[in-house]
Amino acid sequence: MSKYITILSKGLYSFIKTKYENGFNYLLDITAIDYSEYETEHKQQYALVYILRHQDFKQVIIIKTYISSLYIDSISDIFSGANWLEREVYDQYGIEFNNHPNMRRVLNHREFVGFPLRKSYPITKGQLLYEVDDLLDEMKNHLKYKNIKDKDLMFLNIGPAHPASHGTIRTYVALDGETIAAAITEIGYLHRGFEKSCENHTYNQIVPYTDRLNYCSAISNNIAFVKTVEEMLNLDITPRAKAIRVMLLELSRIEDHLVCLAAILVDMGGLTNYWYIYNPREDIYDLLSKLTGARLTNSFMRVGGMANDLYDGFKADLKNVLIKVKEGIDEALSLIKHNRIFHDRTQNIGIISAKDAINASLTGPNLRASGISFDMRKDNPYYGYENYDFDVVVGSIGDVYDRIMVRFEEITQSTSIIKQVMKNLPDGEVNIKDASVVLPKKEDVYNTIEGVMNQFKLIIDGVKVASNEYYSSIEATNGELGFFIVSDGSGTPYKVKVKSPSFSAIAAYPSMIEGSLLADSILTLGSLNIIAGEMDR
Amino acid sequence: MELENPQLPTDTAIVTKLEEAVGWARESSLWPMIFGTACCAIEFMSAASSRYDISRFGAEVVRFAPKQADLMIVAGTISYKQAPILKQIYEQMCEPKWVISMGACACSGGFYDNYTTMQGIDEIIPVDVYVAGCPPRPEALLDALISLQKDLREKKYNPKRHKNFKGALDNV
Ligand code: SF4
Repeated sequence: MSKYITILSKGLYSFIKTKYENGFNYLLDITAIDYSEYETEHKQQYALVYILRHQDFKQVIIIKTYISSLYIDSISDIFSGANWLEREVYDQYGIEFNNHPNMRRVLNHREFVGFPLRKSYPITKGQLLYEVDDLLDEMKNHLKYKNIKDKDLMFLNIGPAHPASHGTIRTYVALDGETIAAAITEIGYLHRGFEKSCENHTYNQIVPYTDRLNYCSAISNNIAFVKTVEEMLNLDITPRAKAIRVMLLELSRIEDHLVCLAAILVDMGGLTNYWYIYNPREDIYDLLSKLTGARLTNSFMRVGGMANDLYDGFKADLKNVLIKVKEGIDEALSLIKHNRIFHDRTQNIGIISAKDAINASLTGPNLRASGISFDMRKDNPYYGYENYDFDVVVGSIGDVYDRIMVRFEEITQSTSIIKQVMKNLPDGEVNIKDASVVLPKKEDVYNTIEGVMNQFKLIIDGVKVASNEYYSSIEATNGELGFFIVSDGSGTPYKVKVKSPSFSAIAAYPSMIEGSLLADSILTLGSLNIIAGEMDR
Repeated sequence: MELENPQLPTDTAIVTKLEEAVGWARESSLWPMIFGTACCAIEFMSAASSRYDISRFGAEVVRFAPKQADLMIVAGTISYKQAPILKQIYEQMCEPKWVISMGACACSGGFYDNYTTMQGIDEIIPVDVYVAGCPPRPEALLDALISLQKDLREKKYNPKRHKNFKGALDNV
């Protein structure tokens, strides 16, 4: 449970500083709320929300402050991870941060006029961009800040349409020979307006949108979202649903790590690994399409449970899949484990120290690779994770090698969790019995008037969530994936903010590659497993 | 035109129309360039990997440089921010060239009817084949490829077919 504190905007900076010194040194998220269409006694239109986690990784505080002017002090000198989060608030809401080193848009393009997450901005009002930002002025500032005066630098764009930049990440580098002297990263090329779309759909309609955040492990996004809504509704889902969710979470983790590992090994020139690692993923797809109807974008979860129960024979299919996964990673590991080229290309490359990783709000395997054993499944267990026997995998120095190996080992741990779940899978329903949340059975809809009414009301109005402001998160593949939801009693959320692990990782990326070789920057990017859908939302 | 008869003597001359011969040659030597931005690109990865194996259809030389490719597969959501890049890369490809628009987003914006998303790439570049789905299965992409090849064989493609195309970004 998180603690909610409302303070005056004047003392915000010093308040957060004290909190930081008292152990709340991990910044989860910063966002704003536009209250102009919300019934509240406060006069101010905007409030800012800061979500911090304690270094024990258990307590969370949500600090909220109403602001009457559109200016507030930046906290980016306390948390390096705040830099981009504040830029996003500026980009989406037009609130400016004093003393911020680089107050410019981050998701929307440079010719964009207006602030899209303000309630007054019409959702469908798109704005054409004719020419891409050359980033020259930003680079100039950055070189000045880094005190680099060398005239012999060569400037190069890597991406956004570069095969190793995953289609949507652009890094503009100043090269001194082969070494990167300075780098700036631009994102937003896959900004798809997730958060604005949420304000226009009912809670269950949002589930398909969450699929497309981290599309390599769609189900874990579904779960993170519906879990938050269920907690807002004070619902306790059935034991069987919990167990199935744990199993699917771990299967998604495997699925996602497989793509990440396959892709980074291709980036390194190891194409054979790609076939070994990617093919088991096809087997997972077969299983998931049998279960959910879709290979990639499963949309399987619903508030209060899930679309349907497991099919007959699922257990045997799953067993086969796990065998295939094991074969695949064993083959791949046999190619790289003692491979000199692999070691030379990954060890001591793209290092981020534990302290910097925390300060930059890195999370998940990327944080654990730096030696910090933070895992929501252990530190804030949910769905009975405390009953399963598994290890938190940590690296030693936080280089590319650690990040890759942590993922390989996590696949093994996840396999073990899945086996434990399937051994003791509870019987019973997968959906709770609550007509105001879960759709009625189809035979009732066809045969009874109450069933028809119930179905109609739930589809048209959605699940109603009483006024609340709530943050909850799970350990998704890339780390802590959280949702901050503001509800207003209707069936549509008033505001949704995603705490996205990839966003923090990409914000830390430029500083990780400065000083390294150009070719190594590609591997560093691959090892962070940036998923554009989740990063840009 | 079939060249499957193994008994064909080597000194045989075959009479055909030049454009038919060219169409036949093009059909199986498409060099795709993948412009992948989002979820659909993951399904392209499946189409290229060994289960679906796009090379069975003579289109496996995936290029990442537009200048070496003649078939662009746009897989994923194209935002307004991405649009000028898509256009620039399309223009860098040499004629003759073809475009497959893979997935609901590329075809129409998909369910992202909002301030960020281009409502279909055909607002900026011409498209030859649309593939429905969110994401389309790899088979659907292969089907699009085969239908494109069929049209090439039947020489339905006039290289000048898009001469008068004017997209939203061409007005400047
Ligand atoms: S069509 Fe669907 S799967 Fe493809 S990019 Fe769009 S949202 Fe993703």
